[in-house]
Formats: sequence, C-alpha cells, structure tokens
Amino acid sequence: MNAKLILNSVAKSFGDNQVLRDISLTINTGEVISFIGASGSGKTTLLRCINLLETVDNGSILLDGTDITAVGLDANPIRRRIGIVFQSFNLFPHLSIRRNVTLALTEVLDMSSDKANETAINLLARFGLSDKIDSYPDRLSGGQQQRVAIARALALNPEVLLLDEITSALDPELVGEVLDVVRELKGSGITLLLATHEMGFAREISDRVCFLADGVVAEMGLPEQIFSHPTDPRTQQFLQRVIAAGRLRG
Amino acid sequence: MPRWDRVKKSFFDWERLTDSFPRLLDAFVLDIKIFAWTTPCILIVAVLIAIARSTRTPALFPVRIFVIAYTDIMRGVPVILWIYLVGFGVPGIGLERPWNSPLIWGSVALGMTYSAYVAEVFRAGIESVHESQRAAARSLGLSSAQTMRHVILPQAIRRVVPPLMNDMVSLQKDVALVSLIGPIEILRQAGIDKAKFANFTPFVGAALIFLAITIPLTRLTDWLLTRERDRTGASKIR
Repeated sequence: MNAKLILNSVAKSFGDNQVLRDISLTINTGEVISFIGASGSGKTTLLRCINLLETVDNGSILLDGTDITAVGLDANPIRRRIGIVFQSFNLFPHLSIRRNVTLALTEVLDMSSDKANETAINLLARFGLSDKIDSYPDRLSGGQQQRVAIARALALNPEVLLLDEITSALDPELVGEVLDVVRELKGSGITLLLATHEMGFAREISDRVCFLADGVVAEMGLPEQIFSHPTDPRTQQFLQRVIAAGRLRG
Repeated sequence: MPRWDRVKKSFFDWERLTDSFPRLLDAFVLDIKIFAWTTPCILIVAVLIAIARSTRTPALFPVRIFVIAYTDIMRGVPVILWIYLVGFGVPGIGLERPWNSPLIWGSVALGMTYSAYVAEVFRAGIESVHESQRAAARSLGLSSAQTMRHVILPQAIRRVVPPLMNDMVSLQKDVALVSLIGPIEILRQAGIDKAKFANFTPFVGAALIFLAITIPLTRLTDWLLTRERDRTGASKIR
C-alpha cells in the first residue's frame, strides 16, 4: 500500500494554546482512520489543517508525496482533492439541495450544468435523498442535512474525505442513517479520516485508531488493540471514562 | 391660543394649497428622478466598498485603508455640506454645459455620502454570515471571490434588506437638500410659492406629498423586518 497522506511533526497553536504539538502519521490510500480523544485534544484542528482551513505553524503535510503546506501553494486545487464534512453540516441555507451539491461542480470544475445536475441526482439518490432535491436545507432533518453535506463533499470526487464529528450535532435516532453512509464509503477506494466520539462505530469501521492527547499521538494501532488492550495510561484513563459514561461496552 | 387664527391662515389655507399643489406635484417629479438615478449607483458603489472592506488578502491592505478613509470622511461631514462643496465646487473648475449643472453634482454628492452609509449596512450583513459558511465554501475549492459571490453576498443582502429600506426612506427625503444649490424640485417650488402668496401653506403641501411616499415605504420596511424575524427567530415571548 502506498502512502496517501504523511504528516511530519505538525504543530498548531491558537495564541497561547498549543493544540497540536508534534503530530507525525502516515496514512495509506483507502485506509479508514479514526481520531479519538477528549474534547480539546486537537482532533478537529488536525482535520482542518489537512484541509488547509488552518495553516500549520510547523511541520509539513504531504499528499501523494507533494508538500501541501508549502508557502505560496494555491490551496484551492488541493482542497478539491480533500473533502471535509463538518459537525454542524454548514449547508448553504440560501441554495436548494441540488445547488448545494452542484455549486462547486459548475464553479470550480467548470462542469456543464446538465452534467453537474446528473451528478447531484445520482449522489442524492444513492443517499436516499431524491425527494429532497429541490428543498432548502431548513426543511430537512439533521440527519438528512448531514447526508447532503457528505454528498456535497463527494461530488468533487475527493481522494481523501475528512469527517469532523459528523454525528455530534444529531439526535441519537438520526445517528444511524449517517453512519450507514460512512459504512458504504468504506472500501470505495477513498481514504477516510474521522474525528469521532462514537467509540463503537470507530471500533467497527476503522482500519486503525489514533488516540490524541496533549497535542501528540498518544497511541495508534488496530481498533482491537486500542480499545481492548491500550498501553498508554492516558488511553486507558480516557476509555474508562467513556465506558463509565456508557458510550462503549467494556 | 390667541394667535391660532393667524397660524391657521398662514399654514393651512385651503385655497393656497389647491392652487400650489399641481406645481408641487410637477416639481416632485424631479425629486423622484434624482432618487431613481442615485439609488442604483449608491447600491452598486456601496456593495463594492463593503466587499473591498471585507477582503482579507494582505496585498489589498491599501484598498482597505482607502475605503475605510472614504466611509469615515463621507459619514463624518453633514450631507448638506457635501452638497454645497461638490455641487458648487466641481462645476467651478470650468466644466462645459451640461456637465456644470448643480443638479448633477448635487446628486453625485448625495450618492457619495449615502454610498458610505449603505456600505456599512452591507458590511454588517457580510460580517453576520457565519465563518463556517466561508469554511464550507473554501473547503470545496471555491476561491475567496467565488465564496463572496455565491455564498456570502446572497445571504448578506437578504439579511440587510430591512435596514437598507430605512436608508432609502432617508434618501427619499434628503433629495430635497439638493434644492439648496439651485434645482427647482419640490422644496424649492414650495419656497417660490410661499414667497408669491406670502403664505406658508405650500410647505405643508410639500410635506403631505413626502408623507404619501415615505409612510408606505416605512410600513413596507416594518413588514419586511417582522417577516425576517418570524422566518429566522423563535416564537415570540409575551
């Protein structure tokens, strides 16, 4: 397997708050990686750095061997190759579901509106949203909105998809429908990076799980190893709290 | 009120009113014309200023400084002073007819000041669009210009329609200030009739004509505001 993403000593701080200290990782093409860790451990910041929504202070990120954090590089063509889905969906409220999906296709990829429309119809049908295509985001449930957001990101055919706590803002009964979409994506060749609090799901879907603490990778390995035999005391402590809170079967 | 009869006679004289009313209406056409040609210019210039002010590219720093200075200076001087300065000053440099008309330069002065006020309204709208919208658009590979055009501006403009209407109601009235440098619009015409009759009733007539336009506009603004609040806000708390 070849490396899709390589992170070398990535560091990022906001003012005095150093969120990421030294993150080094290699992620292979088609791999599914879950990032877990306490709130504020840097999961979201890490994903935003990979999508270049945040600029790293130190270190570098390589996509297919190219340094995407190099100074002066045009971020737009890179962002096209790395999709991101946000915790709070961030759909464009003034645009129909159809236009939410086609906007980047016609404006960024210069696709004809017919072809963009066809892409939107196919993607939305795949996620069971055909009947919502001409609705506006505020008419949809949270789960539906999040599925549209995934469709919007996938429309550009990204090589890497970042999922930033995509179920955290959803009512519990809507979580399942969104996770089903992610299950479907696994194995399609796309590289998936998840920041998540859904420990059961992380265990089920991930090829590897990465536990972040204090701005570093405290522990990384197969799901079985991280969840059942954690070696780092911080991982052990975190998982005990999660189990105590009833979010994971011990 | 011993002098009420005299006031009634000099301000509310029915015959004087009916006499001067057609002339006032005729003159009001000029007010509407000035309003009609300044409004689109104001909206366009104001959007451009607001966009220039909201750019984040370090290279555009001088542009930001320029538009900040422009809005500060325009808003810091009374409208009437700008009308005098531009309306008398610019034709004074020796322009040929018709370009030396105080009517044109008075309108330009009005447009310059109002575009600064309206730009602030647009800027407030642009800043009210949540940062996450920008993040979502940029994450799809849209450039910052495309993000502004397709994602930020459409949402910003929708939100500022009610306050914008407020400014338009003000503009509709301030058009009368242009009369002070010459053009015979409604206020000027009322002044002429006042002098002719030695009676103030034409001013009351002019006020009535303004109210006939501004009250419906104000009601419309309120209705738009209520609708916007109902659409976006929670249910009313008594």
